[in-house]
Amino acid sequence: MNTKTPAARINTVDPAEIARFSAMAAEWWDPAGKFRPLHKFNPTRLAYIRERVVRHFALDPAVRRPFEGLRILDIGCGGGLLCEPMARMGAHVVGADAGDLNIATAQVHAGEQGLAIDYRCTTAEALAEAGEQFDIILNMEVIEHVADRAGFINACAGMVKPGGLMFVATLNRTLKAYSLAIVGAEYLLRWLPAGTHEWSKFVTPAELAADIAAAGLDIAEQTGVGYNPILDRWSLTPDMAVNYMVLCERPR
Amino acid sequence: MTTREAMPGAVTDVVIVGGGLAGLPLALALAKGGLEVTVIDAIAPATSADPGFDGRTSAIAFSSCRMLDELGVMTRLKGQTQPINDILVSDGRVRGGASPLFLHFDHREIGDEPLGQMIENRFLRIALQKSVDAEPAITQIAPATVRKAEFSSAAGTVTLSDGRRLSARLIIAADGRGSPMRKQMGIRTIGWDYGQSGIVTTVEHELPHEGVAQEYFLPGGPFAMLPMTGNRCSLVWTEKTAAAKAMVALPDADFANEMRARFGTHLGACRPVGPRWSYPLSMHLARGYVKPRFALLGDAAHGIHPIAGQGLNLGWRDVAAMAEVIVDAARLGLDIGALDILERYERWRRFDNTVLAMTMDGLNRLFSNDIAPVRLARDLGLGIVNRIGPARRLFMRHAGGSIGDLPRLLRGEAL
Repeated sequence: MNTKTPAARINTVDPAEIARFSAMAAEWWDPAGKFRPLHKFNPTRLAYIRERVVRHFALDPAVRRPFEGLRILDIGCGGGLLCEPMARMGAHVVGADAGDLNIATAQVHAGEQGLAIDYRCTTAEALAEAGEQFDIILNMEVIEHVADRAGFINACAGMVKPGGLMFVATLNRTLKAYSLAIVGAEYLLRWLPAGTHEWSKFVTPAELAADIAAAGLDIAEQTGVGYNPILDRWSLTPDMAVNYMVLCERPR
Repeated sequence: MTTREAMPGAVTDVVIVGGGLAGLPLALALAKGGLEVTVIDAIAPATSADPGFDGRTSAIAFSSCRMLDELGVMTRLKGQTQPINDILVSDGRVRGGASPLFLHFDHREIGDEPLGQMIENRFLRIALQKSVDAEPAITQIAPATVRKAEFSSAAGTVTLSDGRRLSARLIIAADGRGSPMRKQMGIRTIGWDYGQSGIVTTVEHELPHEGVAQEYFLPGGPFAMLPMTGNRCSLVWTEKTAAAKAMVALPDADFANEMRARFGTHLGACRPVGPRWSYPLSMHLARGYVKPRFALLGDAAHGIHPIAGQGLNLGWRDVAAMAEVIVDAARLGLDIGALDILERYERWRRFDNTVLAMTMDGLNRLFSNDIAPVRLARDLGLGIVNRIGPARRLFMRHAGGSIGDLPRLLRGEAL
């Protein structure tokens, strides 16, 4: 592996490198490509985030940039599919990912789009150590991939300002989730590469609730997110058996 | 917008190529949704508002009226709208009068609202232009044409005839039937020429029309008398193209006689007034409506036979759907030029446009002839539909545009 930091890679003006990341960005951002499921899923979770943030912080929903003045961390940001909309809605966004290729890709794409996003190749633990604080943390489809879930949630929770929010999205450890998210999405539909998810790492709402409580946050709301194969559309549902989101708040 | 991200060169949200009856309402709807829009047109607004530029009068379906209302345009049209209360459809022959079997649509059967409003295109253009002038988020560049369009992963860039370059997240072509932008983008169409032309003029008559629109099916094509303000009708008279050319070239007195032979005497003495126009009729459908950062709208995407006066209303359904898709995406911070966003608009509109184009094509083929058995069958058909209340009401709701998955603007709701 390349040992240079991604920032250094971007700053050293190597046109071949930039072209490679630009090609990877095009792949991340192709709505019909490898990340099609995320693009399909994105409007549903964005609408949820926008609505809840506007309500919680009493913002004006009619303006183009309602999130102006908010500092948001997207932990495990990948190619920046959530960071860019947040920046367009006016937020100051820090996108963090442990994968240096992801960060380089996200940086190149945001640059092409003319968006100022603070991308960093780092971990939640390192950010917490540095004393970072955020109004909102987006913790979306990450906890089912980390080794020490309780430690990770604790590190994230510690960076939420009093009165701030954390959104957590993940997959439930049910038979239904196994058949849909692993057998269906990875093997039958091939939406995701086989091996993307490990069923044993899926998290039940009760386990997540315990981790969140231990980290000192209050759960404000939980909702399921369901896919309708006929409409090819995602929507919120009370059924939390597969995909679900939890909204939590640090008490003032 | 309060701030703008740093970007090489100025980037606006949307560039609309074509500032006509489809482009301007879209610009207004997008601006109301908080987007910055630049409209480019080959013709200066003062020219297109000239009485000699567009002699047509359009039947605006009631769902379209709701959109004009929502966009603040309707209030500028006070005294210039004529409600359509009834529509009478019948088979006919030149000098033979109407067939006794006919179809009667009465607005009172489906509610209090009229079936639509007749508005002269010229007045629509003027009212839309005034609304655009009052909207700070819209920039208008006219006269100017697009010499070149280029696309990157971040923006579409058009180079104008005067060398200016404009970049936008999304470029929309609303530049009419012959759409130069559509050709430039390599989007092909399917379609055919009807070999018919529509003669358009205004007729003054002695007796009030009471808001009744009449349509006769003559062998050369449909002959429609559409109520205008005062004791006037807009005449849309379809003939084989050669016959239409000859008709338009006739001396005034001869033209008036030909017109009277078809118009009948139910409105008393009548005479054509003002200039005559003739528009060739054709049908075309674009094979695709969208590409990354590019979309076709209105006549640039589809053109249909005007047998039921639905062309403009179809274009406005495109406007309402496009505005909703784009404004919703922008609110979520999504990239408004991304293909998956634009495909929502395409899926929403293409099926409806194609079905209507084919229906109008079929109706024209069914009625534009003088073959005796076909004539008998269609007269019976008209008579039967007229006797079946639910079928009649369904036709009316369809013509009024209140059927299907309606965009918010057509339901009279804000974006």
